[in-house]
Amino acid sequence: MLAYLLRKEFKQLFRNSFIPKMLFGFPLMVLLVLPWAASYDINNMNLSIVDHDHSTYSRQLTEKILSSGYFRLTNNATSFKEALKSIEQKESDLILEIPPHFEKDLITGQGTKLMIAPNAVNGMKAGIGMTYLSRIIGDFNAEIVNELVPANRSQTAMPRIQIDSQFKFNPRLNYRVYMVPALIVLILTLICGFLPGVSIVLEKEIGTMEQINVSPVNKALFLLAKLIPFWVIGFVILTFGEFIAWAVYGLVPAGHYYTIYLFATIYIITVSGLGLIISNYAQTMQQAMFIVFFFMLIFIMLSGLYTPIESMPDWAQWIAAFNPLKHFMVVMRSVFLKGSGLADLTKEIWALLGFAVFFNSWAIFSYRKVDK
Amino acid sequence: MKQLLSFIRKEFYHIFRDKTTMMILLGIPIIQMVLFGFALTTEVKNTHIVAYAPAFDEASNRIVDRLDNSTFFDVVERTTNPNAIEQSLQKGEAKLVVVFEPYFGDNLRHDGKARVQLIADATDANAATTFTFYAQTIITNYQRDLMGTTQNPYIITPEVKMLYNPQMIGAYNFVPGVLGMIIILICAMMTSIAIVREKEKGTMEILLVSPMKPIYSILSKITPYFVLSCVNFASIILLSVFVLKVPITGSFATLTFISLLYIFVSLALGLLISTVAKTQLAAMFMSAIGLMMPVMLLSGMIFPVESMPLWLQIISNVIPARWYIEAVKSIMIQGLGFMAVWKETTILAAMAIVLIAVSIKNFKSRLE
Repeated sequence: MLAYLLRKEFKQLFRNSFIPKMLFGFPLMVLLVLPWAASYDINNMNLSIVDHDHSTYSRQLTEKILSSGYFRLTNNATSFKEALKSIEQKESDLILEIPPHFEKDLITGQGTKLMIAPNAVNGMKAGIGMTYLSRIIGDFNAEIVNELVPANRSQTAMPRIQIDSQFKFNPRLNYRVYMVPALIVLILTLICGFLPGVSIVLEKEIGTMEQINVSPVNKALFLLAKLIPFWVIGFVILTFGEFIAWAVYGLVPAGHYYTIYLFATIYIITVSGLGLIISNYAQTMQQAMFIVFFFMLIFIMLSGLYTPIESMPDWAQWIAAFNPLKHFMVVMRSVFLKGSGLADLTKEIWALLGFAVFFNSWAIFSYRKVDK
Repeated sequence: MKQLLSFIRKEFYHIFRDKTTMMILLGIPIIQMVLFGFALTTEVKNTHIVAYAPAFDEASNRIVDRLDNSTFFDVVERTTNPNAIEQSLQKGEAKLVVVFEPYFGDNLRHDGKARVQLIADATDANAATTFTFYAQTIITNYQRDLMGTTQNPYIITPEVKMLYNPQMIGAYNFVPGVLGMIIILICAMMTSIAIVREKEKGTMEILLVSPMKPIYSILSKITPYFVLSCVNFASIILLSVFVLKVPITGSFATLTFISLLYIFVSLALGLLISTVAKTQLAAMFMSAIGLMMPVMLLSGMIFPVESMPLWLQIISNVIPARWYIEAVKSIMIQGLGFMAVWKETTILAAMAIVLIAVSIKNFKSRLE
């Protein structure tokens, strides 16, 4: 019986000329183009300097900032107002204002202040620009102190903490290798979530559902036959995605492939089950699509794909905890980059198993053979 | 004209009679706006830290306290077990491990020199650089405070003034982006699916054999969705002003004008998709999924367009959301006038014309 049902499902899927095209075209597009877009790397921030001092120190500081490679000088404004104008015209990203008597105040030991004003419309960029700039200023400050304070005094008086930083798992700090595994998850979710989401409604709309309903096929079996093709499709997409990751980005999982496929097995059932639930409740294709879209967008935005989950408010973190996408994304990223095995991912495996059982029993429960 | 009006009325009935779908169409933007507006932030906060020292002393405890007290970090554990360094990173319990050398405090006091190592989980390279930097800053500040300010009068204090968003509220950064994303996706999906659905059902055939010009039937299809989208726009703006507390600093009229233009562009895009797609499934796939990814990633909503490679910056030019989001940022957050967004307005207008022209040309008056 299952074999017949499966044959029906596969035929239905592949007669639609659009689906096979999409299965390869979509992952290709996403994986080739989008990892390049996902970058906060900021090397050339446009800086507008307002130097009221025109002294040796202020010039030294300017040179030091510009030679760091992070900043490009857009203009030497004469007033803060003028610099603000260049921000409004999107020519510069941040302003550094050096006050009058900067050098004098520094040498006489009164201490001095600088003003950094980043355009905070883009918070991320503003934050990075500010931190880079204050770090350079801090270094400059240290040099000045060494120059001004007699050498013997400075060495004894100043306790020094030497800080070494080490970046594990991704020492070259390449953001793309972080995005690629996550984008594979995303593709998998979109395809294996959207297609089941409409598959039952589609049959309702074209009327073939009636035929199934009057047949002796049992509920669970029917849904199983709906799930298995997406499973196959999911595995094809996953493998294809891994291939691209290797061929284009030279990225191979540091962990084992079997960990990935094991999780993928559970994960695909989970999202497809979710799709089937929606498909059961929706009356028209249009409704189904909008509901699936609604959930997908929330899943994606609250998955930690682009923005860290730890930074979200508590209630949003709770939502994220019930987001299967988030768990699988953690899994893929850890297996690819950290080489994590099953032992490291016990929390995720229980969560995903739980979702899979819950969603699919709901799908079976909500599927009625009789329309009310 | 009378004909057109009655057709528009027919389309309105179509949509408003399907109460469930209408609720969905009006509800989605509201829920998403609130959810994303509150939840999304690119800031690094509450990063989990494990601190390791062979034995904790006053100095190392002080440093760990300082890290814990900052908003950036949450110290999950202070451990004296060296195995925990590797394990906590591997298991994902911590993103950063702070390793103090043996006799850290003594070394600092007697020799004036001590070492601390920061081991970061760099899978997320951006976050790793940021939080490592924060940790370094906090430790350096501790060291500076040890010296006391009296001993070192030669201090340059950088004062930071965040322009336009002094409190660094996350919603300021995301509201324009989410607005741009939701409008374009919902609009394109609504129109494309609605038209293709009629094709599939066969009712399109009836429209086409009627004496109406194709342009009129297109117009009458778009109008109700335009109205619906305006309601959506209004509800999103109300939410962002009153719930998310993102004020409209600039002129409301300019914002509305450019938003209406953008809605029109999005509807036209949906129309174009509907002329290409043969089935509802294909239409949905192109308008929802095919559009979602580029809009999210290439519009500057999350990742700044300037930091993309040049070829992607060029591609991003064709994405309407990119121009709209830029314009909304200028008007809503920066409070600039129409002169600052004339470029974006012109581009969106041009896009509208091109899209409409292409879809009318594509719109077949006969279905094969």
